[in-house]
Amino acid sequence: MSARTVLNSGDLERAITRIAHEIVESNHGTKNLILLGIPTRGVLLAERIANVIQRHYPEFDSASMVGRLDITMYRDDLGKNPVREITPTEIPAAGLDGAVVVLVDDVLYSGRTIRAALDALNDLGRPSVVRLAVLVDRGHRELPIRADFVGKNLPTSRDERINVQLSENDGETSVVIES
Amino acid sequence: MSNLQHLLSSADLDRDSAIALLDIAEEMSGVNSRDIKKLPTLRGKTVVNLFFEDSTRTRISFELAEKRLSADVINFSAKGSSVSKGESLKDTAQTLEAMGADAVVIRHGASGAANVLAHSGWINGAIINAGDGTHEHPTQALLDAFTVRRRTHGSASVGKGLDGLKIAIVGDVLHSRVARSNLLLLNTLGAEVHLVAPPTLVPADSGDWQAKIHFNFDDALASVRPDAVMMLRVQAERMNASYFPSEREYSRIWGMNAERLAALKPNALLMHPGPMNRGLEVTAVAADSPNSTVLEQVANGVSVRMAVLYQLLSGERTSIDG
Repeated sequence: MSARTVLNSGDLERAITRIAHEIVESNHGTKNLILLGIPTRGVLLAERIANVIQRHYPEFDSASMVGRLDITMYRDDLGKNPVREITPTEIPAAGLDGAVVVLVDDVLYSGRTIRAALDALNDLGRPSVVRLAVLVDRGHRELPIRADFVGKNLPTSRDERINVQLSENDGETSVVIES
Repeated sequence: MSNLQHLLSSADLDRDSAIALLDIAEEMSGVNSRDIKKLPTLRGKTVVNLFFEDSTRTRISFELAEKRLSADVINFSAKGSSVSKGESLKDTAQTLEAMGADAVVIRHGASGAANVLAHSGWINGAIINAGDGTHEHPTQALLDAFTVRRRTHGSASVGKGLDGLKIAIVGDVLHSRVARSNLLLLNTLGAEVHLVAPPTLVPADSGDWQAKIHFNFDDALASVRPDAVMMLRVQAERMNASYFPSEREYSRIWGMNAERLAALKPNALLMHPGPMNRGLEVTAVAADSPNSTVLEQVANGVSVRMAVLYQLLSGERTSIDG
């Protein structure tokens, strides 16, 4: 098995900073902006992005505008795997109606996770816009879904594994391809 | 945890799997407070509620839990079915199997009925015991534990047990499946269990139960200082002998009234699995006091049953035990 680092901690930080600015740019400011991370690492990425936004736009309160969206109960493969653990879903107190929701995940692959996330959002409120930010887009989509904000496009083969590590969770920060 | 195939007894749950179920129930209770109280998780699964005994809240609670997880629900009660023509449990079960039931929630007057159904080979689906005779009622124990945990730890409940809490179970222990299931689960979760009952309503084999048994309610309340008091329903329908001289005497000696309520710790919980015999084991003053968790228990029942259904039905079913 070989492992190749494609983003080191500095690259990753720059990618997050750029995504943060792109999100604010496309929204013409931080009004109504809500970031929802998809567990596990999407939540950490959403927090990192929110912190960058708050640093540049102090009117954006990262603590109250970031949530987490557990999509386990909306998956389409529940019956094909052992029972999955459920983690908390936390939606900002203001609710999602009329908000600009940015879903944040670490790797975009088949698109099925995002499909499940869209279904989950449907049950939680009616955002005015939903956008998608991912750290890595590795291709091989199985559904007509694309990301609005991408940290890095990584053409991969299906046999390879993308391993996103974030210091909060994994001790170090990097994106590694294993094959 | 993932190899839990049926829920027949509180003894099926070890500490980790019980806490995991309560944690899932916390998430389910979040769903139950949303505008759209529906998850697609069990779409395409069929759940049969097989009720040979009367029930209001347990059946409705299961039905609501099943529907909120998008399962197809069939309600079967013995009255008005072929059971009243003499059909056996075996034939009923095989019929349900032929119709493709993924899970059967069974309430039956005979202790062990759920166990028979699970291990007979008549049916492949998951079996959930919703009360079998005077034996067990595990989802009631789970919802009681959930209620105590929530009132004690609030929003910091996830991952916690009931360690160090003192819980008194009072009344008709002999006929109570709720008492049996609670005794097992509360011990599993680290609570200290006290049984308070007249000697005639304590089972003969209670000596090896993991609980302290008291024969005087007032002394027990004074010495134990319980964090929660569970009043059991006096099960007149199962009493084929006179276990106590009169209802008035029972109410005076074993009932939860205003004076006993005042003697409790200020935040102590007053629990009852329902349906309450107001004026017998609980007076109206006590039942409607802020200490009472009766309605919370009902609401939590739906969340807990959703958690059990999720745990038993969402993953792939690995093996069938015959």
